[in-house]
Amino acid sequence: MRSPKVVTGAAAGFVALSLGLSACGGGDDEGEKGGTGKFDAASTAVVNPSDHKGGVLKMAQPDDFESLDPADIYYAYGLNFVRLFSRNLMTYAAKPGIAGAEMVPDLAEAKGVATDGGKTWTYKLKRGVKYEDGTEIKAKDIKYAVGRTFDRAVLHNGPSYFPQLLDAEGYKGAFKDKNLDNFKGVEVPDDYTVVFKLKAPFSEFDQVVGFSGQTAPVPADKDKGIRYGMHPVSSGPYKLEGDYQPKKGGTLVRNPNWDPATDPNRKQLPDKIEVQSGLKAEEIDSRVIAGTVHVDLPGTGVQAAARQEILTKPKLKGNADNPLAGFHWFIPINTKNIPNIECRKAIIYGADRSAMFRAYGGDVGGEMSTSIQPPNIPGREKGTDFYTKADKTYTGDPAQAKASLAKCGKPDGFSTTMIYRSDRPKEKATAEALKQGLDKIGIKLELKGYPSGTYTNEQLGAPKFMDKEKIGLGTYGWAPDWNTGYGYLQPLTDEKAITPTGNVNVEDLRDPEINKKWNDVAGITDAAQRAKIYNEIDQSAREQATILPNVYAKSLLFRPSNLTNVYFHAGYGMYDYASLGVTG
Amino acid sequence: MADKRPAELIDGPGEQKDGAAAGAPSAFLEVRDLKIHFPTDDGLVKSVDGLSFQLERGRTLGIVGESGSGKSVTSLGILGLHNRRNARVSGQIWLDGAELVGASADDVRRLRGRKMAMIFQDPLSAMHPFYTVGHQIIEAYRVHNDVSKQVARKHAIDMLGKVGIPKPQQRVDDFPHQFSGGMRQRAMIAMALSCDPELLIADEPTTALDVTVQAQILDLIRDLQQEFNSAIIMITHDLGVVAELSDDILVMYAGRCAEYAAVEDAFHRPLHPYTWGLLGSMPRLDRERSERLMPIKGTPPSLINVPDGCAFNPRCAYKDLTDGKSIAERPELRELEPGHRAACHIPLEKRREIWNDEIAPKL
Amino acid sequence: MVAFIVRRLLGAVGLLLIISAVTFSIFFLVPRAAGVSSDDLAGRFAGKQPDAVTLAAIKDRFGFDDPIPVQYGKYIKAIVVGDTYDTGTEKIDCPAPCMGYSFRTNQPVFDQIVDRTPITLMIALGAAVMWVLAGVSIGVLSALRRGTIFDRMAMAVALAGVSLPVFFTGLLSLAFVVHKWELLPEVNYGGLGDNPFNLLLPWICLAFLYAALYARLTRAGMLETMNEDYIRTARAKGLSEKTVVVKHGLRASLTPIMTVFGLDLGLLLGGAIITEKTFSIPGLGQLALDGVNQSDLPVVLGATMVAALFIVLANLVVDILYGVVDPRVRHS
Repeated sequence: MRSPKVVTGAAAGFVALSLGLSACGGGDDEGEKGGTGKFDAASTAVVNPSDHKGGVLKMAQPDDFESLDPADIYYAYGLNFVRLFSRNLMTYAAKPGIAGAEMVPDLAEAKGVATDGGKTWTYKLKRGVKYEDGTEIKAKDIKYAVGRTFDRAVLHNGPSYFPQLLDAEGYKGAFKDKNLDNFKGVEVPDDYTVVFKLKAPFSEFDQVVGFSGQTAPVPADKDKGIRYGMHPVSSGPYKLEGDYQPKKGGTLVRNPNWDPATDPNRKQLPDKIEVQSGLKAEEIDSRVIAGTVHVDLPGTGVQAAARQEILTKPKLKGNADNPLAGFHWFIPINTKNIPNIECRKAIIYGADRSAMFRAYGGDVGGEMSTSIQPPNIPGREKGTDFYTKADKTYTGDPAQAKASLAKCGKPDGFSTTMIYRSDRPKEKATAEALKQGLDKIGIKLELKGYPSGTYTNEQLGAPKFMDKEKIGLGTYGWAPDWNTGYGYLQPLTDEKAITPTGNVNVEDLRDPEINKKWNDVAGITDAAQRAKIYNEIDQSAREQATILPNVYAKSLLFRPSNLTNVYFHAGYGMYDYASLGVTG
Repeated sequence: MADKRPAELIDGPGEQKDGAAAGAPSAFLEVRDLKIHFPTDDGLVKSVDGLSFQLERGRTLGIVGESGSGKSVTSLGILGLHNRRNARVSGQIWLDGAELVGASADDVRRLRGRKMAMIFQDPLSAMHPFYTVGHQIIEAYRVHNDVSKQVARKHAIDMLGKVGIPKPQQRVDDFPHQFSGGMRQRAMIAMALSCDPELLIADEPTTALDVTVQAQILDLIRDLQQEFNSAIIMITHDLGVVAELSDDILVMYAGRCAEYAAVEDAFHRPLHPYTWGLLGSMPRLDRERSERLMPIKGTPPSLINVPDGCAFNPRCAYKDLTDGKSIAERPELRELEPGHRAACHIPLEKRREIWNDEIAPKL
Repeated sequence: MVAFIVRRLLGAVGLLLIISAVTFSIFFLVPRAAGVSSDDLAGRFAGKQPDAVTLAAIKDRFGFDDPIPVQYGKYIKAIVVGDTYDTGTEKIDCPAPCMGYSFRTNQPVFDQIVDRTPITLMIALGAAVMWVLAGVSIGVLSALRRGTIFDRMAMAVALAGVSLPVFFTGLLSLAFVVHKWELLPEVNYGGLGDNPFNLLLPWICLAFLYAALYARLTRAGMLETMNEDYIRTARAKGLSEKTVVVKHGLRASLTPIMTVFGLDLGLLLGGAIITEKTFSIPGLGQLALDGVNQSDLPVVLGATMVAALFIVLANLVVDILYGVVDPRVRHS
C-alpha cells in the first residue's frame, strides 16, 4: 500500500495548485501505477488467480443500488453484488467466457425439474445451508421470499416475473396476506423442496429463478418490508456490518456460517468489503487506476478521460480489459410511423455503417453487429446481413436505397424524426452519422435529444409519445435480463411485451408469426432447439427491416494490480464480484 | 488686549541660509521653511511651500486662510500625520528642542497625543462610531501612560467633567452619536487634553457649532490653556475666533504666508490686500448686515504648477499698483515693522494709504 | 429585540411555506404541463419494463394520482402533526416535523438532513475560517500597500480566484495534488467521525474562491475606512500603526464584510452543491442534487426547505449582529 505524503497547510495547497496549472500541458510520468498485465486478459481467463485470504476489498459507485434487498434490484451490477450475501436457487456459473452465462444450481441441488408440460418446476434444496445467525435455510423461506415479490407497491424496483408467471390469482403478496397458505404459486411439500406452479409452460424458468435475487431466502421474522434492504439477512460468504447507509455506503464482513463446501460459485477471500456510494465517476477511475479503490461497481467501463489515459499508456493498458459487454447498440425502426417495409429498407440500405461504427469509438468501442442478439448469448448465430454490411468500410448502398424508396412510392425520399439521449455524445454522433448518410438518398431526419433519465420510460419507451411525435427512429441499447435468446429478443419483438412505459419493443413489432414462435418456445425444453427458434426470430425481425444493427458494445474495464481472481463474467457483463480478492 | 507680537524675530524663507545648520532654536515650537508637497498624476501639489513661524508656551497662534490654503496640511505636518509615501515633507519643525521632520516615525508617534495633541474639526466623523467616548479617551491616555484601565477610566471621567460635560460618570459609556454637537466637541477636547499636551492644535474647533456653544468652547480652550500653560495653534477661517483667542496671526494664502503679525497689528494695520479681504468679509455683530460683507472676488488658485509672481495677483484689486512686478516675481515675506511681516509688491506707503483711506472706514 | 426576532421567525415560517408550495408546484405542475403523466412519474421508480400492476401500485403508494393540493396538504400536515409510514411489515411512526420518507431510500427525510447537515457544516465552516483569515488579511495588506507589487499581485490572484469555480480548481487539484503528486490524501469524508483534515482540499478550493472575493471587499473597505477622520484621530492620539489598522480601521471595515459573510455562509450551509459534487462529499447539496436527479420529491422539498431556513436564519443573525457591532444601529 502506498501512503500519500501528507502536507498540511493552505499554502502548500495553493502552491501545488498553481504548479498544477503550469504543469498542465507537459509531464508524462506514469509513476508506479499499473502493472505488467496483458490487455484484455480477463475477458477470457482468470487474471491474478490467488487463494490469498485477507485484506479489504474496496468498491465504489457514483450513485447507489436501488436497494440491497435482493428481491428489490434490477440492475445487473446490483444483482452481481448482492450475491456476496445472498444465495438463490440458481445462479450464473462462476466461469470466464461464455460459460458464465450458464445457470447452475446454487441453493438447489440440481437444475429445476419441469413436469406438467413445463408448468411445474421443482427444486430440491441442499441441506445444512445456514443464515448468518446459524439457523438453517428452509424451503418456506424461499416461498416467503417469492411471496413478498407480489407486493409491487412495496418492492417495486425488482423484476415482476413471479406475479406474471406463477399461478397465484388474487394473491396480494406476503405483506398484506401473511398466511402463506393462501399463496398457491409456490408449494413446499417438505423443508427441502420448493415447487413452482406456473399459469403456462415456461421453458427458461431456471433463468427466471437464477438471474435475480428474488429466490434468495428471507426469514419472515427478520423481514422489515421496504427497509429490509438496510440489513438483509445473509446466506452468502459475507454479511453486512451494521446497516447499509443509502447514498453513503456500507461494509461487509465474513459470514462464519457460510460453508464453501455448499457453494462452488463464490469465494470468501477479503476480510472486509467496503462500499462507498456517491463518489464521482471520474474520481472512481482515478482511484481504481491508483489501486486505492479496487472495483468500479457499475461495471460499465471507465469515463472518457481515464479511457484516453489507459489506451495511451502501455502500463495501464496491460491492466485493462475490453470485453463485449452484452449490449447491442442498435437503431429500432418504428413500424407504426414507417409502416412500409420498403421505406424501412431504404433507411437500412442508406445507413453509413462506417461512420456509425466510429461514433461508438471504433474497435475499442465495439464490434460491428450482424444479428440482434450479441455474441455472448449461448446458441446465437452470427446471421446474414440484410440490406446492410457489417464492414468497417461500408458507407451505405445508395442505389439499393433509391430502388427501395421507389418501391415504397416515395422516390424523392421522406422525412421522419429520430431521437437520442442528449447527454450521451456517442448516441448524438450516431444519430448525426445516420442523418448524413440518409440525407444523400433524400430521407430527411429531424434529430431530437432527450435526457437519459427519462428517455427509456417517457420518450423512446412510451408508445403514446412515439405515436404523438411521429418518431421513426431512436438510438437504443439493450441488455437482457438473462443471457439467452429469450432474454434478449422476447422483450424486443413479442407483441405481448409492449408496455405503456419502459417499453422495449420500440419497433412496435406485432408479427403473428413471431408471436406464435414466442408462445411455442415456452414449451420447448431443449435449449439448443430453443436457440434455433431465437435465431429465426432474430432473422425475421431484421428481414422485416425493423432493426438497423449497429455495434455490439465493448466496455473498457480496469483491474488494479492488487485485485485477484478477476475475470469478466458474461452473465453480468462485468467482473464477477463474488470471486474477487486483494493482495497485501 | 496687551500689545503682543511674535516673541522672536525669525528669518523669512528668503533669508534662510541653511535650516539644518541653524541648530536648535530657543522657541518652544519653531517651524522653518516647511514644505509639504504631494506628487499626483496631474503634477506636484505644493500644499505648503516654505512656511516659517514660532510659538512659545502659553501663547496662541491663529492660522487663517480660505479652505485649501494649507492651514490643515500644516497642522497635520507638525503632528507628522502625513503618509510618508505620498507626501514630501521638508524643512524643519522644532518642538521643545527636538526636530520632527527628520525624526523616525515612531519617535514622532510617541510625541503625538502626549506632547502635542489636536482637536479636530468635525467630532462626529473624527471620533470612532463603534467605541464609546470613554473608551476612546482611555485609549488615548493609556497609550502614553502605563496605568490600569480603572485608573484611566477615572481620568477619563475627570477629563469629561473638566470640559464641562454633565454627569460624566454616565456619559463616559455613551457613544459619540449619543452626544450633542457641543458636547461631542467637548469630549474631543477632553480626549486631546487627556495627556496634558504642551502643544495643542485646534483645527476649526467651533465651525460646526452654533454661536452660543462656540463661545463656550472658546472659553473652555482659553481656560484650559491657562491651567496647562499650553501653546495653542488655532486654525480657522474665522477671524473672529482669532481676534478673541490669539496672540499672533498668520495669514496663509496658497500654501504660503501672506502676513504674519501680532493680532493687534494685523487687525488694525494689516499690510496685505488679502488680509484686507479677509477682514472685509468678516461678519461683525456690531454692523448692519448690508454693509459688512465684502467677499474677495475669484477663487483660490490651483496649487499645481503655481505660476511665478504673486499667487494673489489674479484676485488682487490693487495689482495695477505694482508696475507688473506681481506677475513676474513672487513677493518675499518682509518684516516691514517690528514683528510684522507681509509679502506684497505694493509700496508700503501706498498700502498704508489704501488701508487708512479705503478699507478701514468700510469695516 | 425579542419582538424583532419573533417577528422575523414568523416571517420565516411563512416564507418556508411559500417555498415548499413553489417547490411542490415545480415538481408536479411543471412536468405535468410538459406532458409527464403520473404513469411516467411512477415509471421512474420502477425497474425495467414495469407492468401496469407495478405502475398502479407505485402511484397508489406515493399518492401520485391524488389532486396536487391534497398531496401538498398531506405534506404540510405531516410536518405539523407527524405521520405514519408503512414498510409492508410494520407501521413506523414519523413524529412531527415529519418531512416524509424518501421515495428512493425509504429513510425519513428528516433523519437524512440531520445526518448530512454536520458534513456540510464542516465544509462550510472550515472553508469559512480559511477564507476569512486569508481574504481579510490579504485585503488589509493590499489596502495598506496600495499600488505596490504586493497589492497588484494579490489583486490579480484575487481576480483569478473569483473567476475560477470550484469544479475547475477542484478537479485540477484532485488530478494533480491528490492523484499525480500525492501531496494530499484522497478526499473521503462521510461524517463527523472521519478525520476533518480529509476536507483540506475542498476547504482550500472553496476558500480560494471566497478569499478572493473577501480580499477585494476588505481592500475596498479598508481603503475607504483608512481615509476616515477617525483614523486620523487615532493616529493623532499616538496609537501604534497596528492598533490604528486593526482596532480602528479593520473594525469599521468588517461590518459590510460581515453582512456578505452571513449570506455566503447561509447559502453554503444549505448545501455546498458544487464542492460536494466535485469532491464527492455526501452533504446536504449532494442530497438535494440526488433528489432532483431521481425525482425524489420529499428529499428535494426537505433539502430546499433546510437551505431556505439556513438563509433566513443567516439573515436574521446578520441583522442581530449588525446591532451588536454597530452601536448606531442599536440605538436607532
